[in-house]
Amino acid sequence: MRQFNKHTGKVVPLDRSNVDTDQIIPKQFLKSIKRSGFGPNLFDDWRYLDSGEPGMDNSIRPVNPDFILNKDCYQAASILLTRENFGCGSSREHAPWALDDYGFRVIIAPSFADIFYSNCFKNALLPIQLSEEQVNNLFEISSLEQPINLLIDLEQQTITIPNGDILKFEIDNFRKQCLLDGLDEIGLTMQYQDEIKKYEEQRRKQAPWLFVEIKA
Amino acid sequence: MAARTLYDKLWDAHVVRNDAEASLLYIDRHLVHEVTSPQAFAGLRLASRDVWRASSALATPDHNVPTTDRSKGIVDPISRIQVETLGQNCRDFGITEFDMNDRRQGIVHVIGPELGATLPGMTLVCGDSHTSTHGAFAALAFGIGTSEVEHVLATQCLLQKKSKNMKVEVSGELHSGVTGKDIALAIIGKIGTAGGTGYTIEFAGNVIEELTMEGRMTLCNMTIEAGARAGLIAVDQKTIDYVKGRVYAPSEEHWSQAVETWLDLKSDPDASFDQLVKLDAKDISPQVTWGTSPEMVVGIEGSVPDPAKEKDNVKRENMQRALDYMGLKANTAITEIKPDKIFIGSCTNSRIEDIRIAAQMVKGKKVATSIKLAMIVPGSGLVKQQAEQEGLDLIFIESGFEWREPGCSMCLAMNADRLESGERCASTSNRNFEGRQGQGGRTHLVSPAMAAATAIAGHFVNFTA
Ligand code: SF4
Repeated sequence: MRQFNKHTGKVVPLDRSNVDTDQIIPKQFLKSIKRSGFGPNLFDDWRYLDSGEPGMDNSIRPVNPDFILNKDCYQAASILLTRENFGCGSSREHAPWALDDYGFRVIIAPSFADIFYSNCFKNALLPIQLSEEQVNNLFEISSLEQPINLLIDLEQQTITIPNGDILKFEIDNFRKQCLLDGLDEIGLTMQYQDEIKKYEEQRRKQAPWLFVEIKA
Repeated sequence: MAARTLYDKLWDAHVVRNDAEASLLYIDRHLVHEVTSPQAFAGLRLASRDVWRASSALATPDHNVPTTDRSKGIVDPISRIQVETLGQNCRDFGITEFDMNDRRQGIVHVIGPELGATLPGMTLVCGDSHTSTHGAFAALAFGIGTSEVEHVLATQCLLQKKSKNMKVEVSGELHSGVTGKDIALAIIGKIGTAGGTGYTIEFAGNVIEELTMEGRMTLCNMTIEAGARAGLIAVDQKTIDYVKGRVYAPSEEHWSQAVETWLDLKSDPDASFDQLVKLDAKDISPQVTWGTSPEMVVGIEGSVPDPAKEKDNVKRENMQRALDYMGLKANTAITEIKPDKIFIGSCTNSRIEDIRIAAQMVKGKKVATSIKLAMIVPGSGLVKQQAEQEGLDLIFIESGFEWREPGCSMCLAMNADRLESGERCASTSNRNFEGRQGQGGRTHLVSPAMAAATAIAGHFVNFTA
């Protein structure tokens, strides 16, 4: 996995709460069996005026000029600022894939849905939880006329805002290390193969019915 | 030993190793479907990894399958490729799959319990958020992303952090016609869609004890809509009776030992919870959602709320946006709302009990002429077969419903079943998000009884009055 250490980028404020994964990437795009290419369909229902289907040439579709991601000044934003319970709904990892593919590296919100939050870390996408008040402040300073840049330092767990102020954020240490090192979690678990086998053996004796083979 | 909750017990029994930051948890059962697995299998191939214990997994296509005549296959080529990819991956890695034409095919969360692949005391995962359904069997069951699907395939384990314990207690006497679905919506209405974030919820109280296994599955299914990854209900005689005799249930040889173990799958009387929520059954009437989030819900006797009365700015704007999307005016009586389509199905409400209740409501009556389409989509081939044996299909067909083949169908409209823009649907599914049932479609979440009664009346109706 890609490492994440420091990131400086432009913020786009998406002023909605409870943004669900169906909105982040609508279901018709989930038919893809690939892991990439979801960026052009990120927030598809909000971003375009027509109804999107897989295989369309997105470059010629009519865009919704009112949607914040389409405003000129927010092009190439890599930090998404949003409201509470971001990523609720389905477990689709296509949501972080789409955000990543679009170019986002960091998402800032007062709260995230559990499965989405954990999916982000598997894709080197950093979800940062700040207080309601801090998020409000960021919304205030990231106005339409002048998008702001933030400097995120994962190691230090800090966000530097344009006036030089520094916000601290909390993050679980294990997840932080995985991002910093770009760790392959499966590889990590594989190191404990012997322990897994031992557990299995013991469990098979205790509760053999859990090992009934699923066969047709 | 200190008193433990049911969740604590399930957790402890599955820890392979504890590190300071996370625990390695052993996974007993893995359900696999076509949408969230292809990239996981691709990942295995890329890293030349094999599946750790293929016989622990059960696969079926459900999201993309057509609910009409299947002999022609899947028309949409992209859907077809995804379904075929599941078949190929299962063959390559030795996983059992019930394909589209198998009688045992169905929605993963319906076929797991039905086949006895879901057992009390298990850890069970699936790349699908409604995996919480299986918690009705006192199994620790939760949805995972595709990277985690790959992790489980490769190692039979997941790195997890333990969540907090919440107890939701529902007690008192339910009004007649109020079901597991209404209880679920009432709970979400109370605690909100993020109320359970970071928690595993255990449902308790006499009302939960009195629910059937189907009702319990409906309730646990919707736990994710309250923000909690997993919901749980303690084992009792109903759980055991339900499991007995199912295909993958414990054999005769192990049965009594299994039952003995299962009877301990409840919270210790003095176990402490981080949070306790109480509901009185008498306050719960049949529920109907009016907005674009499951927490936007009222009782059938109520009306669409007025954003002008909401003091909080953000909430008021959300309400107004939802009403605009739903094409509803504040203060409209719920019973005045007229759906265009009726959908009875999804992993929330497509089990035999749901279908029986709906059949009872429509028997000898006709679907209102204003309804463009009323459809019943059984949760699995076996549910369909059972219903047909009971003659329920004929009741529906006579009253003007379409009787379909099993799958997710219009719960999320990945196949051909969908709402057109602006169409309004009374749906027994679990999500009323914008565009969920088709772009521009408007979803009202209800119980099967309400959906069926609404089909006949042509508008939401207090069928209990
Ligand atoms: S029925 Fe709906 S909620 Fe359930 S698994 Fe299928 S798509 Fe998901």
